[in-house]
Amino acid sequence: MNMMASPVTDAYLRINGAGKTYPSKHGPVVALSDVNLDVRPGEFLSVVGPSGCGKSTLLKCVAGLEGITSGNITVSGKPLMGPPDGMGVVFQRDVLLDWRTILDNVLLQAEFLGHPREQYRDRALQLLERFGLKGYENRHPWELSGGMRQRASICRALLCDPELLLMDEPFGALDAMTRDDLNVELARMWQETGKTVIFITHSISEAVFLADRVVMMSRGPGRIVDIFDVDLPRPRPLAIRETDAFGVYAQRIRHHFAELGVLHE
Amino acid sequence: MKNSLAAKLMRDNRSLDIVLVLLGTTILWELAVRIFHAPAIILPPPSAIWAAFMHSPWVFIRNMLYTLMTTGIAFAISVVLGVIMAVGIVQSKFLERTLYTLLIAINSVPKVALAPLFVIWLGTGASSQLAVAVMLAIFPIVINTVLGLRSVDPDMLNLAKATRASKFDIIYKIRVPNALPSLFSGMKVGISFALVGAIVGEFVAGGRGLGFLVLTAQGQFDTTRVFVSLVLLGIMGTILFYAVDVAERIALPWHSSQRQPNA
Repeated sequence: MNMMASPVTDAYLRINGAGKTYPSKHGPVVALSDVNLDVRPGEFLSVVGPSGCGKSTLLKCVAGLEGITSGNITVSGKPLMGPPDGMGVVFQRDVLLDWRTILDNVLLQAEFLGHPREQYRDRALQLLERFGLKGYENRHPWELSGGMRQRASICRALLCDPELLLMDEPFGALDAMTRDDLNVELARMWQETGKTVIFITHSISEAVFLADRVVMMSRGPGRIVDIFDVDLPRPRPLAIRETDAFGVYAQRIRHHFAELGVLHE
Repeated sequence: MKNSLAAKLMRDNRSLDIVLVLLGTTILWELAVRIFHAPAIILPPPSAIWAAFMHSPWVFIRNMLYTLMTTGIAFAISVVLGVIMAVGIVQSKFLERTLYTLLIAINSVPKVALAPLFVIWLGTGASSQLAVAVMLAIFPIVINTVLGLRSVDPDMLNLAKATRASKFDIIYKIRVPNALPSLFSGMKVGISFALVGAIVGEFVAGGRGLGFLVLTAQGQFDTTRVFVSLVLLGIMGTILFYAVDVAERIALPWHSSQRQPNA
């Protein structure tokens, strides 16, 4: 496993020498520096790193929400100009609309994309059922727990069957049990659908548990310091986290954190 | 056990509290005036106030309805105009830098002091009264609505952008409903201010209304009639405030201040 894994020939998403610099009161700040990353179609990619390493910025650039100041990003060979087609996003906060029912919140995705709501009603109900929210379709977000709300926001992102799912620390605000639960559900969803997922997290075990490949980022400036494959069988039970093989991967990330002075070994 | 029951009663019966406190105050007031022989020109007893009202109830009710109408129309104008202005301010950098700046500047002037100006501009009568009431009521509505329209979670806007939501969708499906709780708190202040404005308008440009009654009764040193008008104003103000409150509960069942704790 060398530092930059073997080049990907069939990349779905290609990030080429991407950099992002923005002005501030104390002079220009380099948020991202020379990021090179190829994402294979159907791959589950975890991006892990300490806060301030630019992982969220990278995600926003891939989502077309922010522009990069050097390099380029292509999706299916086409240069990225704004939010790409067939993308779903999940943020750390579920950002459900309080005045809409859970079903209407999920259908918001179709409304925003300009699709007729009624066409997606059945699919929305199916998704909610698959994520354990059957019976809560007509409840309001404030009647649900944090974990259930985040499940609903994942359903919203999946409604229009996106090819690419971008997740920015989606389980960061949840308690450990709920987080484990959602990790398993997300892994199952990914295995069933084969979507390309870019998953940002600062949790080492979450990154390894979910990913085909882990991208390790560092800060000052934000850059990629390591990329490695996670060669663990699927489906993965939660107990896999106690195995030696898992420990080796986790240790590799922990070692990087230690080098950054974030964790002390 | 007894304590918790008392606490429960107090929580559940806020309106009962209000009635009991008012009733108690009225009785004390009546007793105090009788015991200390306070002259009616200083402080008339509640019984005399009631008698003065019953002597010519329709005069008071007619004038009360007039004030109510001024308040209601001014409030309606303030809400419609205020919301339009707020949407404009949030949507346009130009309006934000001009109109909003101007509004904030004017808001720091004690606006009641501007009331005589309207008499010069519009003369005495209904239009001056309306103008004064709108001038007072519109500020809290505009300012609250602007804050509400702005206070959208940035990630909600990111989500909308990422799914290519139209500008229209962002305003009508996110910003406006998100601003409704703020609009309603602006309206609660606004309805009270509209009533204040209507009274001030009647003071300076009167002819009719409870404010005008207060002024004429004061001129005749008829303190009892002043009090009749004040009591009616108090009742009116309370009813108007709760009307907005009830409207809020009906319109925004999801709003946090009315949320029932999860069982």
